[in-house]
Parts: sequence; C-alpha cells; structure tokens
Amino acid sequence: MTTTQRDYLVDWQRKCFDAGLVGADIPSEYGGGGHQGFQRIANQEMGRAGTPFMINIVGLNMAVPTILVHGTEEQKKKFIRPALRGDEIWCQGFSEPGAGSDMANQQTMAVPQGDGWVVNGHKVWTSLGHFAQWMILLARTSRDHKYDGLTYFLSPIEGHPGVTVRPLVKMTGESGFNEVLFEDAVIADALRLDDVGKGWTVAMTTLTYERGAAESAGGTSGERVPPIRQLIDLARKSFRNGVPAIEDPATRDAIVQRAIVAEGIRQNGRRARVPALCDHPMRLPLQSKVTGSEFSQDNAKLGVEIAGAHGTLYKLDRNAPDEGHWPLAYMNSYGHTIAAGTNEIQRNILGERVLGLAKSK
Amino acid sequence: MASSGAPKDFGFGEDEELLRDLARKFLDEQLPVEKLRALVAADPEAVYERGEPSTWDEGLWKQIVELGWTGLAVPETAGGAGFKAAGIVGLVEEVGRHALPSPLISTLNATYVLREGEPDAAAAWLARIADGASATLAITDARGSWAAGDTDVSAREEGDAIVLSGRASFVQDAQKAELLVTTARLGDALLLCVVPSDAAGLEFERDHIHDLTRDQASIGFREVRIPTANVVSRDAATALERAWPSVLVTVAADLCGTSEWQLQTTVEYAKHRKQFDHPLGFFQAVKHPLVDVMIGIDRARSILYHAACCIDEGNDGAETAARMAKSAASDAGAYASDRSVQLHGGIGFTWECDVHLFFKRSLHNQLLYGDGTYQRQLLAEKLLA
Ligand SMILES: Cc1cc2nc3c(=O)[nH]c(=O)nc-3n(C[C@H](O)[C@H](O)[C@H](O)COP(=O)(O)OP(=O)(O)OC[C@H]3O[C@@H](n4cnc5c(N)ncnc54)[C@H](O)[C@@H]3O)c2cc1C
Repeated sequence: MTTTQRDYLVDWQRKCFDAGLVGADIPSEYGGGGHQGFQRIANQEMGRAGTPFMINIVGLNMAVPTILVHGTEEQKKKFIRPALRGDEIWCQGFSEPGAGSDMANQQTMAVPQGDGWVVNGHKVWTSLGHFAQWMILLARTSRDHKYDGLTYFLSPIEGHPGVTVRPLVKMTGESGFNEVLFEDAVIADALRLDDVGKGWTVAMTTLTYERGAAESAGGTSGERVPPIRQLIDLARKSFRNGVPAIEDPATRDAIVQRAIVAEGIRQNGRRARVPALCDHPMRLPLQSKVTGSEFSQDNAKLGVEIAGAHGTLYKLDRNAPDEGHWPLAYMNSYGHTIAAGTNEIQRNILGERVLGLAKSK
Repeated sequence: MASSGAPKDFGFGEDEELLRDLARKFLDEQLPVEKLRALVAADPEAVYERGEPSTWDEGLWKQIVELGWTGLAVPETAGGAGFKAAGIVGLVEEVGRHALPSPLISTLNATYVLREGEPDAAAAWLARIADGASATLAITDARGSWAAGDTDVSAREEGDAIVLSGRASFVQDAQKAELLVTTARLGDALLLCVVPSDAAGLEFERDHIHDLTRDQASIGFREVRIPTANVVSRDAATALERAWPSVLVTVAADLCGTSEWQLQTTVEYAKHRKQFDHPLGFFQAVKHPLVDVMIGIDRARSILYHAACCIDEGNDGAETAARMAKSAASDAGAYASDRSVQLHGGIGFTWECDVHLFFKRSLHNQLLYGDGTYQRQLLAEKLLA
C-alpha cells in the first residue's frame, strides 16, 4: 500500500465514521453510535455497495473491542474515538519468530522499571506496522508461567524511541507486513491493558473478534460479495480446447460448486442468528474464518485454472485477464488461510470446542 | 429451548420448533438405534440373500398417522395441517437422523405433487392423505430419468375411464403406499393420476436394494382401469416442476439428518476408543475430517432452510435454492458416510456396527432425484446462462 492509498483510506474511514457507518454499536460516551445491532446493517450495506475496506482494521476489529472489555475508563476515553475515526492506526504484535500457532510461547520481555516497563523483543508479520501509531502488544512479564506470565500492552509505535519497524515483502512481491523490533523501548504502566499476568485472557478476547466469531466495531469485511459473477465473466472470455470455458462441463460444475459454497456462507450467517436452528452456539461462528478464507482461496484457484495459459500472466502483462487479478488473489489468499490462527488451528478449535474431541498437542 | 423473543428467520417460528422437537422426542423414544437395528438388520441374509422384503414397524406408522404427520403438507382447505416447508424440513431431518423406515417421505412428496393438480380433482385425494393414507410417486422411467415427463406409462380413454399400461420404475416405498401418484402419456398430454395400490392390473416387482430402511419397486400397469375422476391434472409436467423444489428439499432434509447422526456417532466413537494411549479424536487425521464433515453438513442445512423459506414465500429462486440444497446435502452425505465407516476402523466395516444402516440410507438418498453433479448440471443452465 502506498502512502497515497493510505491517505485515501484514512480519509474514507473518517467519512464513514462521520456518517455513522463505523462504530455504530460502540457506546456514545466513547465516540460511537450507541446503537446495538446497527453495525451489522451498516456492514451489509457497505458490502453490497462494494465500498473500500477500512484501513484501521486492527483498530476496529481487535483493539477497540478488546479495550471495551478490558480497558479502564481512561483508556476507553483515550483510544476508542481516534481508532474509530481512523485518526490513529493500530497494528497487532502477537506473532514472533518462535511464537506463531503456539502463541503463548512469547519471548518478548517486559520488565518493570519505575512506573513503566522496558520492552525487548522481536515481532513478525505485523500488518500495517509501517502506518501504525499504536500496537496491541503481547509480552512476557514472567518466565515462570507459560500462559500466566503474559501481559497485554497498548504500545506506541510511530516515532517511539526503541521501536523499529522494518517492511517485509510478501510472496506476491507487494509490501504488506513488517517486523517490529523493541530495543529497550519504554511503555508507561498506564498503557497496560488489564492485570499483569492476564495477557492470555485478554488476547483471547482479541482473537474472538479477529476471527469474526463476534461482531466488531466496524465495516471491515461487510457481507462477502461472492465473486461468482467474476468467474462467469472470466469463463466467457477464456478458452478450453478451443471452446469457451463457459461451455466446458467441468468448468461449469466447478463454478456452480463455488456458487453453492457462497450460498452456504451467506445462509450460515443468517442461521447463526436463529438460536433454534443452531445446535451449539459456537458451531457456526467458529466456522466462518475457515469457510470464508477457503472460499476465497478456491475461487481464486479456479480463476487461475479457467484462465488456462493466460493464468500464467501476472500484473504487468497487457494480456493478463483482469489485470493479473487471479494469480495475485490466489497467492494473497494464503494470507487469510494462515493469519488469525491458521485453518489447521481453527480445525483443532472446532474439533475440541464444538465437537468435544480430545485436545491435540 | 423456547425461542420466544429470539429472532425467527427462515420462517422458523414457535410452531416449527415445537414440531421439530416433538418429532425428535417421539423418535428418540420410539426408534432408538438398537431398535432400528433389531427391526431391519436382525438377519443379514434375509434381505440380501433370500430376497425378503425389508421390515418396518407398522405399529409405529399407525402412531405417526395419529400424530397427523401424513397430513402435514396437505393444505388446511383439504383437511390437512398446511404446515410450512420450514417446519416440515425440521421434522424430516429428525426422520433421517433416526433412519425411520416408513412411507412418510414418499407420502410428503406425493402430496407436494398432488397439491399442484387441479384443486377440485386433487382435494379428495389430499383429504385421504390427511386422513392417514400413505402415497408415493410412480413417475420414473426404466432408464431412471428424473426429468418430468419421462415416463413409460401410457394412457387411453375409454368412456369415462382411463386405462393405463406400461411400467413405472424406482418407486419409493411402493410396498407401503396405498396411493400411487402416476404420470402417463395421453397423446400430447401428460396426465397426473391417482391409482390405488390395490387396483386390478398392477404388478409390483420388488427391487433388491441395499438400503434396509425402505423398499423400492417397479410397477407394471397391465390395462389398469381408473375413473377419469382420478386424473388430477392434464399438465403433469407443470405440476411436477412446481412441486419439485419441495420434493428435493425433503430428500435433502433426510440426508442432513442421517449425516448429523453419522457425525455425532463417529465423534462419540472418537472420544472413547483409544489407540496409542490417546482417544482417536486427539489425532488430527481423525479430528480435522470430522470438522470438515460438520462444515459440509452446516452448509447443506443452511441452504436447506433457505430453500424451504423460498418455497414458503413463493419465491422465484426456490428451484435454484432447492437444487443447491440437494447438491450440498448429497455431497455432505457422501463425505459423512465415507468418514463414518473409515473412522470406525474394522468394526465400521461390519454388519454388527450401526453405521452401515445410515451409510446405505444416505447413499440411496444421494442418488434419488439426482446427485450433486446432476443438480449442478441443471443449476449451470440457470446460473451460467
Ligand atoms: C498476511 C498475514 C498477516 C499477518 N498479520 C499479523 C499481524 O498483524 N500481527 C500478528 O501478530 N501476526 C500476524 N500474522 C501471523 C499469523 O498469525 C501467524 O503466521 C500464524 O499464527 C501462524 O504462525 P506461524 O507463521 O509461526 O506458523 P507455524 O505456527 O509455524 O505453522 C506452520 C504450519 O504448521 C501448522 N501447525 C502448527 N501448529 C499446529 C498444530 N498444533 N496442529 C496442526 N497444525 C499445526 C500450521 O497450521 C501451519 O500450516 C500474519 C500472518 C499473515 C500470513
């Protein structure tokens, strides 16, 4: 993302906030709309209209809901409104080189000093880190307990002494995420979220929102507009054995399969709000991350296949169908099957929490 | 579990929930799986080697008739309960979950088709069904075509009688049904008529099927004479087309029910059976496929409720939604069946284990009225036009 794009998106989020389309559910004393249930409607409408995404995705989906649950009054007053307005961009500092799926294996250390903490450590895969003013930071405050030794901080990033943000390049060649180094960075104790040693619990709140299992603060995802139409258009202009791909039975079957999955995702979302039709309250909500990310991945992969020889062409090629969208989307789709708890981890969670199977290591 | 005050979408309100919960309770009590096994699988040679008819519990059926289930889909004007599809699919899921051997599904499907006949002509038959008569569709040709209008039965008019000859194949629960709802060619017209199963000239030839929870037959029509009053429509193709979403949704609901039984039963097994010092479910090669079975079932169920809702609203999208539901339910059923046997290991391969009963019912339903690929072929014509 270029800075021009960033500025555009920040401006867009501000307009949406002013129009009441962001933070609609958030209590008005913290700058939100104060109307429970309105956000879903706003998301639906924005999804339908195909609006740009909210740049402060981490702020809206993770920081704000977590601060609302665990923050002090002062923290809520300080952080929520600027996050909703896009005035302050957030990033998430959970992952480390040695702490991915095994998130509790945090090595970043926060050591008390005066009325603050001295932080040393290495965060990776930090989306938006290069634009962020703030980070939700998970750090270790005790080596004696794996889980209870963790504490959750709201850390300043941009221009903060001891914090270095370095860009990482994605497999697509685009810049995307970053690594963030903490070298004797000082964080005030007033920026600690909830109690010392409660970081794991707080992080679980964040993950519930991140994985879409609970309604968050802003129109980041909206309703998924199924890209079936795009696949059909592609199949019309692509060829298989000399005939339009849209006439190829295997291609037709594959596209209709995608349409059925799209319908399933849409109707799952609808059914999740009818308790009488759900056997277990988390059964559908916990599926949405897996089904959503695999839906996009399978669509993109099918698009590459339908494009055939043209599926080899990438962004710069003037003959690339849809400006190289399909291979680019296919590669980018792994971001979603890996991030926010890999889909393997999600399947563990579903198997254990919903089906009640024995916990895997 | 009363949901008053809770959101009621898909038209699934209190009445529908009550019906579903009642069906679940009734079948849990009346047909626990041990009883099902004793009923249909006491002797492995009876059906498969000696060719005996599959057994069913007629006493249980009487109770079901008394509960009014045959009349669920019959309009109130004809003396039925006029239940919405939203409610019926919930009940049928329970029927599938218990693999109930009965002519209930065939009766519901015959009702859906009769409802699309001429109201005056159909009313009396619908009333009989509401009174407890069982029925089935006899509309499929020997090639097994699911297309409306492909029939091997022809009709000729003789005074105020109709004479039918030919053969209807793949008739579901033919041996249990009292009324056959049959299509027959008469010149350019396709008739829809009701033939009592004891009519002279009918020849039932039982199919030897693998599913132990139903019967199926081909029925020869040898100059079967019925009064013209038994003709409920002279445009059967249209009637079938209108009824078809409901028919597909019924079979899809049965599939969702069997699949959920397979999931829960296999999960229970994976919790208790230990190997390598761990319950099977500890191993991700067991856990993750079970999660995928669940994901498949939930996709099918959500589309199923959507389709039922479209039918109740008279929505143009009902056929698309119903075909999507049948496709998703067939595929989910195939995967649930596959894993239910495999993850039970050796015992899953035996007659002694219950999973084969559901495997077979599911397989039958996956194929009935077209499997997933078939539905998608027809969907493609609509969606990719
Ligand atoms: C696009 C993108 C953006 C991201 N943004 C952020 C961010 O902003 N902030 C942040 O903190 N993190 C972010 N992440 C990090 C992400 O959360 C981690 O990549 C993820 O949790 C996996 O950790 P890992 O990369 O160390 O992989 P590993 O944990 O090493 O996993 C490697 C493979 O092993 C599998 N595996 C691991 N453990 C198990 C198990 N128990 N059972 C079965 N399979 C297992 C995984 O599923 C995966 O396939 C981002 C990642 C991506 C791809």
